[in-house]
Amino acid sequence: MKRCLIAIAMLGLAVVSRAAQAPSELRFCLHAEPKTFDPLLVEDASSETIRYLTGGVLIRINRKTQQLTPELAASWKVDLQGRRIRFSLRPNVKFSDSTPFSADDVASTMKRLMDPATHSPAADAFRSSDVPPQITISNPLTVSILFGAPVAGLERLFDQVAITPAKSQQKIPAVLGPYLVAEHKPGAEILLVRNPNYWKVDGTGIRLPYIDRIRLEIQQNRDIELVKFRRGEIDLIDSLDPDTFDELSRQAPRSVVDAGASLESEMIWFNQVPASPIPGYKQNWFQSTAFRRAVSEAINRLDICRIVYRGHARPAEGPVSPANRFWFNASLKPHPHDVASARRRLESEGFRLRGGQLYDREGHAVEFSVITNAGNRNRERIASMLQQDLQTIGMRLNVVTLDFPSLIERITRTFNYESCLLGLTNFDLDPSAQMNVWLSSAANHQWNPNQKQPATPWEAEIDKLMQAQAADPRPEARKRAFDRVQQIVWDEAPFLFLVTKNSLTAISPDVQNAAPVALTPQAFWNIEMLRKPVFTGGTR
Amino acid sequence: MKRPQRLAIIVLAALFVAAILSAVAPANSHARQYRDLPGARPSAAFPLGTDELGRDRLARLLFATRISLVLAPAAALAATLLAVMVGGMAGYFGGFWDKCAVRAIDLMLSLPWLFLLLAARALLPLNAPPIASLIMTYGLLAVLGWAGPARVIRAGTRKLRESDFILQASAGGCGKLRILWRHLIPNLKPILLAQLWTTIPVFILSEANLGLLGLSASEPFPTWGNLLRDLESPFSLQPEGFAPLAVVMLSVACFKLATPAQEYHT
Repeated sequence: MKRCLIAIAMLGLAVVSRAAQAPSELRFCLHAEPKTFDPLLVEDASSETIRYLTGGVLIRINRKTQQLTPELAASWKVDLQGRRIRFSLRPNVKFSDSTPFSADDVASTMKRLMDPATHSPAADAFRSSDVPPQITISNPLTVSILFGAPVAGLERLFDQVAITPAKSQQKIPAVLGPYLVAEHKPGAEILLVRNPNYWKVDGTGIRLPYIDRIRLEIQQNRDIELVKFRRGEIDLIDSLDPDTFDELSRQAPRSVVDAGASLESEMIWFNQVPASPIPGYKQNWFQSTAFRRAVSEAINRLDICRIVYRGHARPAEGPVSPANRFWFNASLKPHPHDVASARRRLESEGFRLRGGQLYDREGHAVEFSVITNAGNRNRERIASMLQQDLQTIGMRLNVVTLDFPSLIERITRTFNYESCLLGLTNFDLDPSAQMNVWLSSAANHQWNPNQKQPATPWEAEIDKLMQAQAADPRPEARKRAFDRVQQIVWDEAPFLFLVTKNSLTAISPDVQNAAPVALTPQAFWNIEMLRKPVFTGGTR
Repeated sequence: MKRPQRLAIIVLAALFVAAILSAVAPANSHARQYRDLPGARPSAAFPLGTDELGRDRLARLLFATRISLVLAPAAALAATLLAVMVGGMAGYFGGFWDKCAVRAIDLMLSLPWLFLLLAARALLPLNAPPIASLIMTYGLLAVLGWAGPARVIRAGTRKLRESDFILQASAGGCGKLRILWRHLIPNLKPILLAQLWTTIPVFILSEANLGLLGLSASEPFPTWGNLLRDLESPFSLQPEGFAPLAVVMLSVACFKLATPAQEYHT
């Protein structure tokens, strides 16, 4: 009996010792091959994931609190009306190849970022003037950057700038983030291993991150991804559609999280481009605020949330999601579903309802088309619901699904469309990132882009407000200006915002400390703190 | 006519009659959304339940059946007529006409159908009613789908042209057009029928492919292809959700069985 107990104890010790040696591994899918491993050239979601997991930044936006947190910069100060930022760097930090981190690395990264030859997408937000920034290194741990003109929300922009070493000649340079790329099998998978020199430690002095390796499988097919999650072959899915979410929540309620409103919304807009090849009387409808508001009030947003999104969405108030805590204008409410009010608005514009069909002042039956991209079931369902809703005010809506390139061609080049249903995602919380949408001269001012002069007084006011907020370093003043922009958009309804989708994620209950949020990356924003127990001696 | 062939025709006729009856006396509209009943299970009011927007699945399935059983054979007939014109002319006249026709057939067969259909659909007017866009889609299928049958018809015509009775008719002083009309076409009838019957399921499946991509008739118009999109999430589908698949499989199988196979080889 005694020998037997000793044998069991020895076996237990062996298992524990094996577990201690076995690396913990987190697995999930990327939906496409990353286009680059250079953190300054990132423009696709897969490369963004790699940058988030491997890149060390000076300042990080905490995805949960949405506050700025010091990372490689122990502190910073913005002065000269938002033109200059001065960083005090964290001492004793090393890159993954053990070279020390210093102000030279920050200067070299910023120079390369701002170099027009680099074509860095992250640099655009910093370009407030044509003058290149002046970078001054006061000592190895102090660096300041002076821009030619004030940069709105300057410090927040550094969340997207991963510092690269000044002297690295490697194809994949050394990193300062929690993980580094150890292996890349193109089209198959990427293996990240923990950075042995990562500077962060937890409250008990243990060096972070807890998980040793991350295996990123490149898998375009979302159904296969779901099957793998069900089988336990991957640990998380960062973004789920409502159907899948409900299905998983029935099977494994502990593995899904609805983190509330996300930054994604669905919207519809009317083509107001004067040179577009649509009949003049239709242009008159689309340019009428009363017409647009009437359409908006005929739409039952609650039904869309309940039926299409199975309750995992909320009626949208405007261009800013409530998930964006600081910039959301809390005084706005979604346009109400009020058919009687919609009819009154139309009557005031000379529209008349005869035999269930609406006619304009000149006797044209009100019928128009909405284009959307083929293959997106939820959008097609929304379009179908809009058809029935608009019938209640006598409008006939033709739904046209197009392949994506054809749709983009129509809304950006030929302008041969009447209305369009698409989604809006604000990856950046700061309104300055939306300048290319709200300025009347901008290419993404979808309802009437590239205007030489603002076509309407309210567009001129939006132009002024957007420029004012971009030039003002005071957050409160910027907030006031952008609140007014949101109010104008609500009043004039150039975009009819329909719903704000919830952030839905799936994460294995085996992964500890997970706390999915609305901002990307929803499920692994706190990657350093995630833990996953190691199982040995067979499959789970 | 063999028993399976007879059975297939009876099933197709039954489907067609059911679809027509639903148009004459519809229990529910295919488009109306009962928003309080999305995804309802089968009941007396909705024998196949409702879809995710609360629309009657049975009404939509019968509507789609009516569309496919009318438009697919019509498009197949148009494609076969085009094939007769090109393949018959090439096989009978030979020489320059034959070379031109063969090149045209090779060209058509080498074209990527799906991409052509996508491009053509993108050019359709935006305010075309759903039925018009569906007719145009089937019209495109007919215009693009004649090449395969034309090759078979050309081969059949060439074989007939060299046969003794054509030689005899020619020696007897029959003109070319008379030979074509009185002797060739009647003898090509089995091949033409076989081509017609085999083309119908091909067109049904082509429309289903477009529907799966969301590029068939637009909302709220149901087609078999649109209805099959529910199978994108088969795990969450209730048994009644597989009804469109069953009807499509049954119809395609019946069209295949109904094809006059033994006459094809004459």
